[in-house]
Amino acid sequence: MGFLDIRNVTKSYGAVEVLHQVDISVQEGEFLVLVGPSGCGKSTLLNMIAGLEGITSGEIAINGRVVNAVHPSKRNIAMVFQSYALYPNMSVAQNMTFGLEMHGVPKPERDKALKDVAALLQIEPLLDRKPGQLSGGQRQRVAMGRALVRDPDVFLFDEPLSNLDAKLRVDMRTEIKKLHEKLKTTVVYVTHDQIEALTLSTRIAVMNGGYVQQLGTPQEVYDDPANVFVASFMGSPSMNLIPARLRLNGQAAVEIADGAGQPVALPLTGTPGGAQDGDALLFGLRPEALTDTEGADRHARNIVTFRNPVDVVEPAGSDTFVTTTLGGKDAISRMRADTRLTPGQTCDFAVNMDKAVLFDPRTEQRLRLT
Amino acid sequence: MSHATQDTAVRTGRIARTFIYLVLLLFALFYLLPFFVMLANSLKPLSEITGGNMMALPQDWTIAPWLSAWSTAQIGVEPTGLRPYFLNSILMVVPAVAISTVIGALNGYILTKWRFRGDTVIFGLMLFSCFIPFQIVLIPMARMLGLMGLAGSTPGLVLVHVVYGIGFGTLYFRNYYAAFPTELVRAAQIDGAGFFQIFWRIMLPVSGPIAVVNIIWQFTNIWNDFLFGASFADLDSMPMTVALNNLVNSSTGVKEYNVHFAGAILAALPTLLVYIVAGRYFVRGLMAGSVKG
Repeated sequence: MGFLDIRNVTKSYGAVEVLHQVDISVQEGEFLVLVGPSGCGKSTLLNMIAGLEGITSGEIAINGRVVNAVHPSKRNIAMVFQSYALYPNMSVAQNMTFGLEMHGVPKPERDKALKDVAALLQIEPLLDRKPGQLSGGQRQRVAMGRALVRDPDVFLFDEPLSNLDAKLRVDMRTEIKKLHEKLKTTVVYVTHDQIEALTLSTRIAVMNGGYVQQLGTPQEVYDDPANVFVASFMGSPSMNLIPARLRLNGQAAVEIADGAGQPVALPLTGTPGGAQDGDALLFGLRPEALTDTEGADRHARNIVTFRNPVDVVEPAGSDTFVTTTLGGKDAISRMRADTRLTPGQTCDFAVNMDKAVLFDPRTEQRLRLT
Repeated sequence: MSHATQDTAVRTGRIARTFIYLVLLLFALFYLLPFFVMLANSLKPLSEITGGNMMALPQDWTIAPWLSAWSTAQIGVEPTGLRPYFLNSILMVVPAVAISTVIGALNGYILTKWRFRGDTVIFGLMLFSCFIPFQIVLIPMARMLGLMGLAGSTPGLVLVHVVYGIGFGTLYFRNYYAAFPTELVRAAQIDGAGFFQIFWRIMLPVSGPIAVVNIIWQFTNIWNDFLFGASFADLDSMPMTVALNNLVNSSTGVKEYNVHFAGAILAALPTLLVYIVAGRYFVRGLMAGSVKG
């Protein structure tokens, strides 16, 4: 049993079930990120934890207490909203202490909590201002401050960074991470940004269509995706999914068509259980596992090289992304920044087969090697 | 070349502008004419009106008609002037406006932030009440006031006006609150604020512009109402409008036109004052409600 338990929770609006049998157990101090595209049910799940939406079936327990029928204010949670939801008529200080006042905390204690949190977030000079006089980043801090003064069991974040510009978003992301490492509070954080999910979380729940597709550490979700959705949603640029065939005569290998349509065999480190020779597969390869030969991972045990023409070269500062054709589709390769390639040229590509993953193209589920 | 065209553009602009201002001035004078007649004649002795030109300025300035209209003129059978009825109107209009505004705001808050099954239907029905003509409800309302023991009293009139005011108040506040972010209400819920605390501490403090619109609207309507006043008020709860009518229609003695003019201006003063004080919020608030709704 964890600190925050979501047990077989479903949510229906009328006859439409939007969240199906979600089962997540969060340990104290964990940073759980719910990530997925719009409409996947992640915000609904967060609102159910907060108590802003009812639970159709199943139960949610916080700190050992089932809270299904408990009012949001009595769950000992605090929430940071996407729009910050600062009360426009109150000063920053009043905004931050409103919750304490409503919970009947005496004034001296409120002032002390306010002072501590303001110092922690470095917003002391803003305390007398109105939200309308603050910049986006400052509002974001105040919104977090309002959650922090409550000293809750669980912090809930609902896409808190999506209203900030790109630069500020990266800064605030780091700050949230620092804050979590300092305070060690349990956090549930909703985002549609997979980078935020990977950088902030201790565990990620990837959601789609009302189902939790995979629940695991960032490393597991990234390197060991459970299905095609997780593989393509997490990571940027996303994983190359190349149509391939399984070859089982001799060493097990996947056979893909190169740019000229000629078969290339890439030996596997194991055999997918239950699969037959000639079966169609989706061969998943992260861009960083498809590199130039000099950039290949030196610790990899199973590197295969082959030659293929270059279609597009996109320098991105720290890396250069090279597009080539594999299995009749575009495949993106992450190469070193100083790669001097031009489109039309043929070059050596190194495939790190340790990192390769296979999917069944019909079920889109992972085929594990044995 | 371009310089020349610019020049002509300015010149034609100036001519057009002069013309516009001239027309506007003419219309302004035209609209102010009745007020001028009222004001000028209220400051003349009666003989100057009966014997001379209505449009002329007073030769013998006097405030006697005003004093008479305020405190001594014959209203019906009593020589009380308009003073007690002015007070009646205030006693009727202030609670009626206050109550209908608070209820309108509460309705708007519930219809936008505490949505329930059938809320749009209820809102539609409330809107409908804005369009029911006064005459239709006269007899049922008289019966109801009688049953409640409020017939012929100021509280009775307050009730009638509150009932009529709720429709418009709800419309204004609902449209205003529809643009108010629901996340704020949710944040306040998590912070532990209750239904009324959210209303009082979060919603009302930002409702200034629309409250002004509603107050002006209700104040003008209720102050100027004649029909309900004439139908449901007794002698001692009669509002200003009805008293003014009685003053003008008094059949005893000569018709004192100067006193009638002074009385009419007295009756119009409070609404005028409300417009002057809060008028600019009125336009601003109306825009806010209509555009965002």
